[in-house]
Amino acid sequence: MSLSPTTPILEARNLTMNFGRFRALNNVSASFAAGSLTAIIGPNGAGKSTLFNILSGAFPPSSGEIIFNGANITGQQQYEFPRQGISKSFQITNLFKQLSVHENVRVAAQMAVSRFNFLKNAQSYPDPILIANELLQRVNLEKLRNRKAGDLAHGQQRALEIAMALACNPSLLLLDEPTAGMSPEETLVMMDLIRTLATERTVILVEHKMKLIMGLCKRIIVLHHGEFLAEGSPEEIQNNAEVRRVYLGQG
Amino acid sequence: MKTTIPSSRSPLAKITQAIARHRVSSVAIALLVLPFIMPYEALAINILVFGLFAMGFNLLFGYMGLLSFGHGAFLGMGGYLTGISIVHFSLPWGLAILIGVLGAALGGLVMGFLAIRTRGIYFSMVTLALGQIIYYIFYKAESLTGGENGLRGVKVDSFSFFGFTVDLLNPITKYYFIFIFVFAAIWFVSRILNSPLGAVMVAIREKRAAACGFNVARTKLLVFILSAGICGLAGSLRALHLSIVPIDSLHYLQSGQAVMMSILGGMGTFFGPFIGAAVMLYLEDVITNFTTHWMLVVGLIFMFFVLFFPQGIWGSILNKLPLSKNSK
Repeated sequence: MSLSPTTPILEARNLTMNFGRFRALNNVSASFAAGSLTAIIGPNGAGKSTLFNILSGAFPPSSGEIIFNGANITGQQQYEFPRQGISKSFQITNLFKQLSVHENVRVAAQMAVSRFNFLKNAQSYPDPILIANELLQRVNLEKLRNRKAGDLAHGQQRALEIAMALACNPSLLLLDEPTAGMSPEETLVMMDLIRTLATERTVILVEHKMKLIMGLCKRIIVLHHGEFLAEGSPEEIQNNAEVRRVYLGQG
Repeated sequence: MKTTIPSSRSPLAKITQAIARHRVSSVAIALLVLPFIMPYEALAINILVFGLFAMGFNLLFGYMGLLSFGHGAFLGMGGYLTGISIVHFSLPWGLAILIGVLGAALGGLVMGFLAIRTRGIYFSMVTLALGQIIYYIFYKAESLTGGENGLRGVKVDSFSFFGFTVDLLNPITKYYFIFIFVFAAIWFVSRILNSPLGAVMVAIREKRAAACGFNVARTKLLVFILSAGICGLAGSLRALHLSIVPIDSLHYLQSGQAVMMSILGGMGTFFGPFIGAAVMLYLEDVITNFTTHWMLVVGLIFMFFVLFFPQGIWGSILNKLPLSKNSK
């Protein structure tokens, strides 16, 4: 797939989200170029997760539009989003804890089998198994493939999360705090992985660790109190007086 | 995958794992010897029928996490439709069973269609209400169903099969006759759980299915229909066993019994429903010899398990083992 950096793969237009009387997101617009790696930052309660949930189809926005590959996908069912190529990893790991590591990815990759006979054994569909094998290798979990997902260490669970998000081979990958709770070593491995992933597809991530973003992304979007505050290169963001006041200044 | 399961030291664990791995044959063997363990055959048949009922219910509740309180309706519908086919239309028993199963599945389609839009406690309440509506429809259709007296005269005494006469008045023959249907259903359920659908069901229970691109509503409806059909089969077989369809087959207390059996045996496990059914019905049988308040004792035992072994009998056994993923 040739990625032209000028075509936006995803556009958020005037997204607003109300939960009852609370406005979690207020008229946020942003455009993401195909093949880009963008970070969304902001203090707690800035609306980052709300934005991510809307972009991944978990719920529709109260108003505004999501344009993906030129088509308006606002209001589509959540399961349509992965089918069209938008996949999200979860902030709080959401694994099938009773299943093995390999089975977790296999289930996620099963979308590739759009029609199946429910009297046929899952093992007789080769594609999800092969996809799962390959993805476990990518995230360095192939040695643990038969362990129960619930028994993995935290960092490994995060890696498995990402393997599952990749299982539908998304053109747009949303990563919700991929390094949260990770040790410094695990964080370095994860950053390498994100870098490689970003060469293949568009990646948007929400992250708290400022240093990590500065070394990783060329473009940063800052949210504050549910509103768009600033965007630009890491240097521009670091030098933006308003951003320093609400976010960097605190820490 | 089997090669990499670490072999655990204790032979007991090995046996349990082997049982779990060959689950269809294990259930079959256990059920084949069941009538010789139980004090009398009618109790064994009851366990067979209610084990199947709880298994159909467990498909929806244990594996997909939807707590229906309306499944008694499918037990009753299967029974009544089979009974009506035999009593009023003199249809052969094979066709009558088929009508019972398909009718219950159709009922599942309607109830599922209305209920799956709701979540949690609302799902339970909608299924409970719809189950009661079905109860009253059958209760009022007295000319067909016999009303509160139940439908009498569902008699299939004997039939010939390739020249052999199968005498269903002989309780042990009747047991194995019903066993064949139950075994087919067990095999069917095992295939469903091994298929990609089985994994999607677990994905729905763990609330991630939509994020993986699965159509949750459609899968829920499909499993609801399958579950209703299996419970319908249990009802059909019960009608043949009792020669009567009591009106309380449709009652919500039957739905409650499926819930209790599943939880007692271990919800979301393959053997749980049969173990739960066996324990409850056996206890009922033994305790009624001493007191009529058998529900009190069963209730206490149930409470004990919910409080101290929330995974149920089979679920707790599996949990003690190092790895038993194929067992579910």
